[in-house]
Amino acid sequence: MTVKRITVPFDTEIVQSLKAGDRVLISGKVYAARDAAHKRMAESLEKGEELPINIDGEVIYYVGPTPAKPGQIIGSAGPTTSGRMDKYTPELLELGLKGMIGKGYRSQDVIDSIRSNQAIYFGAIGGSGALIARTIKKVEVIAYEDLGTEAIRKMVIEDFPAIVINDSYGNDWYKQGSETYRSI
Amino acid sequence: MRTIHYKDIVDKVAVICQEANYDLGEDVVNAFKTAMKNEASEIGKDVLGQLIENANIATTERVPMCQDTGVSVFIVELGQECHIDGGNLYEAINEGVKKGYEEGYLRHSIVDHPITRKKSLGYNTPSVIHVEIARGDQLTIHMSAKGGGSENMSTLKMLKPSDGLQGIKNFILETVRTAGPNACPPLVVGVGIGGNFEKCAYLAKKSLFRPIGERSHLEEIAVLEAELMEDINKLGIGPQGMGGSTTALDVKIEIAPCHIAALPVAINLNCHASRHKEITL
Repeated sequence: MTVKRITVPFDTEIVQSLKAGDRVLISGKVYAARDAAHKRMAESLEKGEELPINIDGEVIYYVGPTPAKPGQIIGSAGPTTSGRMDKYTPELLELGLKGMIGKGYRSQDVIDSIRSNQAIYFGAIGGSGALIARTIKKVEVIAYEDLGTEAIRKMVIEDFPAIVINDSYGNDWYKQGSETYRSI
Repeated sequence: MRTIHYKDIVDKVAVICQEANYDLGEDVVNAFKTAMKNEASEIGKDVLGQLIENANIATTERVPMCQDTGVSVFIVELGQECHIDGGNLYEAINEGVKKGYEEGYLRHSIVDHPITRKKSLGYNTPSVIHVEIARGDQLTIHMSAKGGGSENMSTLKMLKPSDGLQGIKNFILETVRTAGPNACPPLVVGVGIGGNFEKCAYLAKKSLFRPIGERSHLEEIAVLEAELMEDINKLGIGPQGMGGSTTALDVKIEIAPCHIAALPVAINLNCHASRHKEITL
């Protein structure tokens, strides 16, 4: 099976070339944000305030890393369950968010919004935080520092392994993959 | 009466907290290797290979295998002829967790208040501590670093006795199917049957402390564990939900007597990072 190398930011052509089930290695800049940061971003938008990051064209990685040991730039940093961010996601996709990396099911609302906004949801391997940390080359906390592990971080990643779960055509790899092997 | 010192408990708990997070048990690593041989899907094999590599990195570099270093859950067997000198057992365990997590660069994942989500710097305390009084003068501490993703997909249901064995099986399969990729498969599925509302949940948790591959000592329960394991692996969910034939690494069942009107069943899912260590003082 081939592995596609892709670079962030994505243009529509790249988004449309990716299909559910494709294995990819992602390089470029992503923003790390999870529960508390999403809640705070949603509150800002509700108040009509600007977000601390311009997410148009960007990729968010759902992660809350462990503290870095001396000599490391980041501790273990695998994906967290994306479904907890579903409530906040369609609004961010409307603002131009192009990709998300996490693990686990998305809601139908999010899947529909991924399709209508021509975006992509990637699944990373949950529980492989030590391996994934090696693909993170730079890290900088850029907003909500008080949230600690849940602060928004800018990360530069190189050959980050993931699988396309929800593509821009409305496909869902979790569904397709499990149906292929289901015998009960 | 045998005296055990507070500080010894603190130091030993700190060590097992770090070991649990850095060193995946041999039982889990062996289960990954066996699963790799049998896994039907190519992506599934790839995922399992990355999990083995991840475990190697964690052990070699002394870093946590997963960024979710969990809620620290303890089952303590306290011999009734033990005397804890210098402080309270619960405080000693929590101090050990704080030390282990802080010094081991493990994540602090506890909010103080479930609704406001307020968080202080408790370094992953308070832990969840269950104490069982035992005979003798030894203190055995079993520790598990329990991840949030799999805990979130766990379930409890008060079945009717007439639902019977088939009702129990259906509920377990439905829980695993609904959890899908969210609970980080391949899973260890812990099941508590009987007792009452809170007892079945405790039994489900306790079952997860048994090593992978170890069947129940009750023959009919051991058979049920094996049957469920086979059925769960036919669901097709596969490693990380990417599709495949390895959805569970093991199924563990504990049972207890219950009320004539009741059939409580709890299912505590554990991710593949089934982290448990124990120490006897």
